[in-house]
Amino acid sequence: MNDADIVRALQAGLPLVPRPYHAVAESLGVAPEALMARLGAMLKDGRVRRIGAVPNHYALGYVANGMSVWDVDDAALAELGPRVGALPFVSHCYRRPRRPPEWRYNLFAMVHGRTRAEVEAKVAEIAALLGDACRARDVLYSTRILKKSGLRFTGPP
Amino acid sequence: MRATGRTMNELDRAIVNALQGGFPLCERPYAQAAARLGIDEATLIARLRALLADGTLTRFGPLFDAGEMGGAFTLCAMRVPAEDFERVAGIVNAFPEVAHNYERAHRLNMWFVLATETPEGIAAAIRRIEAATGLPVLDFPKIDEYFVALRLTA
Repeated sequence: MNDADIVRALQAGLPLVPRPYHAVAESLGVAPEALMARLGAMLKDGRVRRIGAVPNHYALGYVANGMSVWDVDDAALAELGPRVGALPFVSHCYRRPRRPPEWRYNLFAMVHGRTRAEVEAKVAEIAALLGDACRARDVLYSTRILKKSGLRFTGPP
Repeated sequence: MRATGRTMNELDRAIVNALQGGFPLCERPYAQAAARLGIDEATLIARLRALLADGTLTRFGPLFDAGEMGGAFTLCAMRVPAEDFERVAGIVNAFPEVAHNYERAHRLNMWFVLATETPEGIAAAIRRIEAATGLPVLDFPKIDEYFVALRLTA
């Protein structure tokens, strides 16, 4: 049982049966206890982010999706980045490279809201948190999803 | 038809809010999670099935991090002339390495995520996309991640 086997057996989701891990373990030909222990280890080291429900933003009414981008003093980012990432309305938060002259921003924080006004209010909270360390910002709203595929895992069996 | 926040009942809302992480690893996990919600196992399974069927949930189960398992990811952006946007979107979307692609209101108006099995695959995919579209691709690989699990309130 390697990681790829586990991903393949579970990428469609956990079976909706009373003993789901037993059902998956049977399909993999392993003991249920071994599968559960392995998933527990993967949760601990980050290979599994979490186990549970993955909601559809749009179905929950979160139709405004803004990628907020920030030009933050590099020296302050190690301290400020984790505080932005910890805000409850920030779903993804990354430090990425600047690409001058086209792109000056080094902090990306995805903000979801039910309206653009809600996103703007949340962006203002981030601005307040960053304070003088932030030199410029922008918010890029998505206007259309052009493609959305699930995570595929195509490695050899 | 898709469910919306307005049409969800209190039980469904409680399920979505409570189960975005921390689902138990045990023989009867639905029974254990149901008990915490004050319902029985069969009801929880039936509600999850309905929430998946109507699109409120995109999936239920472990969320894997391919980056932690040896795969590679990056975020890319392109500045696509408006009159050429549909044609370029078709070319970019046809690459299997393109996992998500969004149109965004900005001079850089196309943003997509590349996912490959190896780090070397990223550079190769970018070269092929540039060759196929005739447009430069800006690459924004993550340097650091400041991540806390997403919790959407239903």
